[in-house]
Amino acid sequence: MQVPAAFQYRRATSVEHALTLLAEYGPESMVVAGGHSLLPMMKLRLAHPEALVDINDLTELAGVRVEGGSLVIGALARHADLLASPVAGAHFPILHDAERVIADPIVRNRGTVGGSLCQADPSEDLSAVFAALRASLMIHGPDGVRTVAARDFFVGPYETVVAPGELLASIQVPLRPSVSAYVKVDRRAGDWAVGAAGAVLTIERDVITEAGIGLTALGAPRFVAAEAEEFLTGGPPTEERLVEAGRIAARHCQPAADQRGPVDYKRHLAGELVTRALRRAVGAR
Amino acid sequence: MQIMVTVNGKEYVRDVEPRVLLVHFLRDELGLTGTHWGCDTSNCGVCVVHLDGVPVKSCTVLAVMADGHEVRTIEGLARGAELDPVQEGFIACHGLQCGFCTPGMMMTARWLIDEHPDPSEEDIRTALSGQLCRCTGYENIVRAIQWAAAKEQS
Repeated sequence: MQVPAAFQYRRATSVEHALTLLAEYGPESMVVAGGHSLLPMMKLRLAHPEALVDINDLTELAGVRVEGGSLVIGALARHADLLASPVAGAHFPILHDAERVIADPIVRNRGTVGGSLCQADPSEDLSAVFAALRASLMIHGPDGVRTVAARDFFVGPYETVVAPGELLASIQVPLRPSVSAYVKVDRRAGDWAVGAAGAVLTIERDVITEAGIGLTALGAPRFVAAEAEEFLTGGPPTEERLVEAGRIAARHCQPAADQRGPVDYKRHLAGELVTRALRRAVGAR
Repeated sequence: MQIMVTVNGKEYVRDVEPRVLLVHFLRDELGLTGTHWGCDTSNCGVCVVHLDGVPVKSCTVLAVMADGHEVRTIEGLARGAELDPVQEGFIACHGLQCGFCTPGMMMTARWLIDEHPDPSEEDIRTALSGQLCRCTGYENIVRAIQWAAAKEQS
């Protein structure tokens, strides 16, 4: 039987209360929401918090909405909420493309968007998605609220800039005209990615004015194919250039060999997936 | 800590350690062994129960998280002696062999039909994609759910 080691449990009634509890229990306390990343880690003793602060009651952190020119996704929004949000899908199809292939429908009913980001698993899909979207993350702490760019959120595998005592509250994606898509290769339904790529393009009069390309599980710094983005920006979205962007992304990522495949295969996959994501995004215009 | 959970319409007050998982609370504390306990890693789906009407994998939910909430298990599917159409469908279409995955399959099926009264085969297969049947009886499970949906439509 896999059961977590003993811990103390408190249920927060507001964001302020959650911050007070995190301060009270100190750096060995952790926030729990869906628990679908944290509880398995605790069962395996890969995480061993002394206290859990449960934020499931904080309805102010739930839901997906448009507010002040941004799509605002509450950290407590379940994956199923984001997948079911018409406004998210209408503005940024990449969000629905990704959510459709994250775990399975039952896990998506419980797991949260904020929890996935804070877990920072290198094979987790939303890190690359929000990096491609150039989203901002709102983090509440004892000294107030700070905003961090998604591209600066991840320190390393399983490590983010969220400090002990802080709480990720929402993810904000500035609304702008764009096309986007996410494409993933996995071994079976609901599995972690062998590799995946997300693309977000703003195209004005047949010129790409903004390009965001995210890579999942392919060893891209900050989950981004920065060189490919730079190459695409300022030119037309022609087939040749989409293929070349894939080649550039493949050249610059650093995938690691594991049970999901060797380096040369994953590098090939990176190029192919970037091109496919770009084609899919451009084709939807 | 003391928790109060409504399970299949009945209120239960119990003292539990925070680390107790909902699946073990239901089986060991309440004796509701219809909910099965399988992979422990939220992969297999035999432990699916409804939490406030939404199916979740109870091996990855703490019992204390259900404090003040409503849980529905396979024991709460039939109304007295009257089987739920989903249960009837599994009988009519031979939707089980060993039966280990069945409670989870049925709880997800019930939710699917509540949300989509006329699900396509693809809807059904997608809904079940986080649940494993090692007797490889998926064909009949899909038919059983189609049978139940058709019965409720008629």
